[in-house]
Amino acid sequence: MTAIAFQPEPPEEEDVCALDDIVPWTGVCAMVAGQQVAIVRAGDGLFALGNFDPFSKAFVLSRGIVGDKGGIPKIASPIYKQTFDLRTGQCLEDPRVRVPTYEVRVERGRVLVHREPRRGDDDGA
Amino acid sequence: MTKRDLVVVGNGMVGHRFLELLLDSGRAGDWNITTFAEEARLAYDRVNLTGFLGGKTSGELSLVAPGRYEDAGVTVHLGDRVTSIDRHHKQVRSERGRSIPYDVLVLATGSAPLVPPIDGREAQGCFVYRTVEDLEAIRAWAEQVETGVVIGGGLLGLEAAHALTRLGLETHVVEFAPRLMSMQIDEGGGEILRSKIEALGISVHTGKKTTRIASENGRVTEIHFADGGALGTQMVVFSAGISARDELARECGLAIGERGGVVIDDHCRTSDPDILAIGECAQYRERTYGLVGPGYQMARTAVSTLTGGEDRLGMFDMSTKLKLLGVEVASFGDAQATQPGSRVVAFTDSVGGIYKKLVVSADRQRLLGGVLVGEASSYGHLLSLTQSRTPLPARPEQLILPRLQSDGATLPGVEALPDTSTICTCQNVSKGIICRAIRTQELTSVGAVKSATTAGTGCGSCVPLLGELVTGEMKRAGKAVSNHLCEHFPRSRQELHHLVRVHGIRSFDALLASHGRGAGCEICKPAVASILSSTWNEHVLDDQHVGLQDTNDRFLANIQRDGSYSVVPRVPGGEITPDQLIALGRTAQKFGLYSKITGAQRVDLFGARLEQLPGIWRDLIAAGFESGHAYGKALRTVKSCVGSTWCRFGVQDSVSFAIRLENRYKGLRSPHKLKSAVSGCARECAEAQSKDFGVIATEKGYNLYLCGNGGMKPQHAQLFATDLDEDTLIRYLDRFLMFYVRTAERLQRTAGWFNNLEGGIEYLRQVLIEDSLGICAELEADMARVVDSYRCEWKAAIEDPAKLARFRTFVNSAEPDPSLVRVPQRAQHRPATWKEKLHLVPQEAE
Repeated sequence: MTAIAFQPEPPEEEDVCALDDIVPWTGVCAMVAGQQVAIVRAGDGLFALGNFDPFSKAFVLSRGIVGDKGGIPKIASPIYKQTFDLRTGQCLEDPRVRVPTYEVRVERGRVLVHREPRRGDDDGA
Repeated sequence: MTKRDLVVVGNGMVGHRFLELLLDSGRAGDWNITTFAEEARLAYDRVNLTGFLGGKTSGELSLVAPGRYEDAGVTVHLGDRVTSIDRHHKQVRSERGRSIPYDVLVLATGSAPLVPPIDGREAQGCFVYRTVEDLEAIRAWAEQVETGVVIGGGLLGLEAAHALTRLGLETHVVEFAPRLMSMQIDEGGGEILRSKIEALGISVHTGKKTTRIASENGRVTEIHFADGGALGTQMVVFSAGISARDELARECGLAIGERGGVVIDDHCRTSDPDILAIGECAQYRERTYGLVGPGYQMARTAVSTLTGGEDRLGMFDMSTKLKLLGVEVASFGDAQATQPGSRVVAFTDSVGGIYKKLVVSADRQRLLGGVLVGEASSYGHLLSLTQSRTPLPARPEQLILPRLQSDGATLPGVEALPDTSTICTCQNVSKGIICRAIRTQELTSVGAVKSATTAGTGCGSCVPLLGELVTGEMKRAGKAVSNHLCEHFPRSRQELHHLVRVHGIRSFDALLASHGRGAGCEICKPAVASILSSTWNEHVLDDQHVGLQDTNDRFLANIQRDGSYSVVPRVPGGEITPDQLIALGRTAQKFGLYSKITGAQRVDLFGARLEQLPGIWRDLIAAGFESGHAYGKALRTVKSCVGSTWCRFGVQDSVSFAIRLENRYKGLRSPHKLKSAVSGCARECAEAQSKDFGVIATEKGYNLYLCGNGGMKPQHAQLFATDLDEDTLIRYLDRFLMFYVRTAERLQRTAGWFNNLEGGIEYLRQVLIEDSLGICAELEADMARVVDSYRCEWKAAIEDPAKLARFRTFVNSAEPDPSLVRVPQRAQHRPATWKEKLHLVPQEAE
C-alpha cells in the first residue's frame, strides 16, 4: 500500500477573526480564498456574503448599515443604498439581483467562514 | 403693420402689473410702449413697505426684474410726472417738457394719502405713509424723537403704527370711529384686536376726533381732540384714508365720480374710449378700491380690452388677511352681514384673544362671509367655501369653534371644493391647476407646489390648503404621505428630536426600545445618530453609535465610487499658511493621493485606502489640521473673501469673522450639510447669499442672510436682519441653527425647510428675534453645550486604539485592497474604470 493521504485537504473553512472584533450591528471584510467576504453581525445572527456591490461595482458591502425590513435582516450598500437580505443575498429592491452568501459559524469565540459560497440557490445572477 | 402708441401714466403696483400682463400676452409687439413714473424708482411692493424697516432694501421691494422693461422695448421716464392730457391731439405732456403721442392712454396714477384739514398739519414732524421716500423721512425724524401718533386706525394706519414701533417709538393710534379697522371688521372683532394691539404696548384711542395739531418752533408737540383732551407727541403720521389721483382726468374733461375717481366701465374704459383707467385712481360701480387685488383684476381686464379679449370686470372680492404686529386679522365676503336675512354665528374668547364670526345665508346653506381676529389659519378654507358656494355642514359653528381633541369634528376638507374654486387669490390659481400640477409633475411638498404654480407665493394664507391638496393627491395616487421616519419609528424627525432631548435619551437602542420597533435601518440609524450628536455631542465612533453611521461618518472620510476615500482637512475661512500648504502636499505625496481644490476653499485628497486614513491624519494633525467634517451632515466651510485687511473695497474683516463663525459651529451635526460664507462688502465675492447662512459686511456691521442654497435647486438666501454687531449675529445664528436642527425633516436643507415654514422670514424673525415661542434661551443653551463639547473627531479617534483598529480593509490581512487600481492622468492618477479592471469581477456578479 502506498501512502497517499499525506497531502492534507485544505480545510473547508477559514478562521478569520474573533467575534468580538465585530461590533454588534456592523460588518467587517475578510479575504477568504482570494475572495472578499463581508461578515455581518445582526443581533444574535451572524452572516457572510460577497463584499462586491453589483450596483456600484465596488467592494464595499461590509461597510453598509445593518438593520431589518419587516423582520428580514439586511445590509445597505454604502454607495447607492440598495439593501440585501443577509440570509440569502437577495437584493430587496431588485428581484433580479442577488449576491453570494457563505456558511459562517462561531466556535470558541472565533468566526469560521466557508471558503466557497453556498450552492443550490446561489445561481448568483 | 405700423405699431400704435400706448402710454401708461404711473408705474405703481397696478401700472406695472398691467405692463407685465401685456408683455406676457404675446401682443406687446403691436405697440410702442411708453410709461411715466412720478417716483424716482420703478414699481415696488407698497403692501410690504414696512419690510423696508425690517432691513429690506428698496431694491428688494422692487417688483420689476432688472432689465425687464429695457429688454421688452418699453420706454420708461423715471421721476417725470405727466402734467396734462391733450385729448384733441392725443398726446400727453410732462413736467420735464416731454410731449408723447398716444393712440391709447392708460391711467394708473393711484391715489394720494388723505390729510384731513386739521389746523397745524403743516408742522415739522407731520408725515404721510405711502412711498419709500415717506418712510425714509419718517425714519430720519424718528431718530430724534421718542413718541409718535398715527391718525387713522384702519388697515394702513395699523401698518404705519407697526412701522413706528419698529423704529422704537412709543406709539399711539387715534381713530375717529368707535373701533379699529371699522371698514373690515365688526365690533366684537374690533374689541379683540384692540386688546391684542394694546398688549403690544401701542396705545389705542378710538372715538377721538382730532381738531388741532400744536407745535413749538414749528415742530409738533401735541394733538388736540374734539372732546377737549390732548396727547403729547413729537410725530404725527396721517393715515386717514386715500383719495384717487384723478386730477389729470378732471382737467381733460373725463367723467369723474361723485366721491372722486375716474369713472370706468366693465372694460376699464373711461368716458373717452381711447383712455383706460386702472387701480386706485379708477371708480367702478360708484366706488374706488384701495386694495391691490381689485387693481390687479383691472390690469387684467385692461389688457384684455387692448388685445381684443372678452374679459369684463365684475364684483370685486374685498377679502383681506393680514398679520399686523403679529395679530392675524381676516375679513372676507359679506363680513358686515348686509345681505337680507343673513345670520351670524360668532365665537369670542377674550382670554385667548380670539374672535371669529361667520355670516351664513338665510337658509343656512351657504357661507356669505366672516371675520377672524387673533387666529386666522382657516381663512383660505373659509374664503374658498364662500366663493365656491359649497353647502355648509349642519352645524356651521364647527367651522370656527376651537377643536377639542375628544370630538374629532373636522372642516369639510378642501377636497369638497370644486376644481374651479380659487385657492390662491393673490396669484389667481385654481384648485384644478394645483391638483393637475401635483399629479403630472409628481410634486410631493408645498415648496414644490409653490415653485410649479406660484400659488402660495403672495400672502401665504393658502399654504395650509396647499398642504392638504398635496396630501390628498398623494393619497389618491397611493403614495405614502406620512412624515414617519421609517417603519421602525412611527414618528417624525422633529418628534424624535424632542423625545431625545426631553427624556435624556442617549443611544439608538434606548430610543428604539422606548419609541420604536424592529432593528432599525439605513434611514433611521443615521437620522437618530445626527439627533443624538446635535443633542449630546458624543463621539460618533463610540461603540453604541458606530453602527448607526453612514460609511462616511463611520470612517470619518468621504467614500468615492471605487470604495476608496477622500480626506478634507478644515481650513477655517479659507485662510491657510504656507507651511500648512506644504504639509498638505507632503501628505498627498507620501500616501499617493490625488489633490484637488474644492468649491469651499479647501483641499480634497482622493484615493486613500481605509487603512491609510489613520496615518494620513496623524500627519495632518501634526501639521495643525483638524477634521473638516466634509463627510458629515454638518457644518462644512465658512467661506470668506479677503475683506478689509487687504481689499481696497472691504468694509469689515470678513476673514476673521468667518474663522470665528467656523470655529464656533464646526462639528455641529444637522439634518443636512450646512454651508456658510462671509463677504467683506456688498460686492459679495464670497457668495454668501447662496449659503444656508450668509453674512455680508456693511459700514455699520453685518447683514445676516438665511436659508439660501446653491446646488441642484439654487435659491437666494433671505435677508434676516441688518447692521448687526458680531455678538448679536452669533446669538441669532445660535438660535437659528438649533431651531433648524430641531424642526427640519431628515435630509432637508435650510432652503427646503424655509419654504415649508408658514409665515416665512417674518415668522422666523418673530421666533428668533422677538422670541415669540419663548424658546430662545433654550436654543442658545443647546448650542452652548455643543460648542463647549467640541473635540476634533480625528484627534479623538487617533488617540483611541479600539476605534483605530476598525480602520482596516481586511479583518484577517494587512494587504491592500486589490480592487483599488490607479491609472495615470495629467501628472496624477485616477481610479481605473470598471472595464479597465474587469478581471477582478467575481464570476457571480456578471
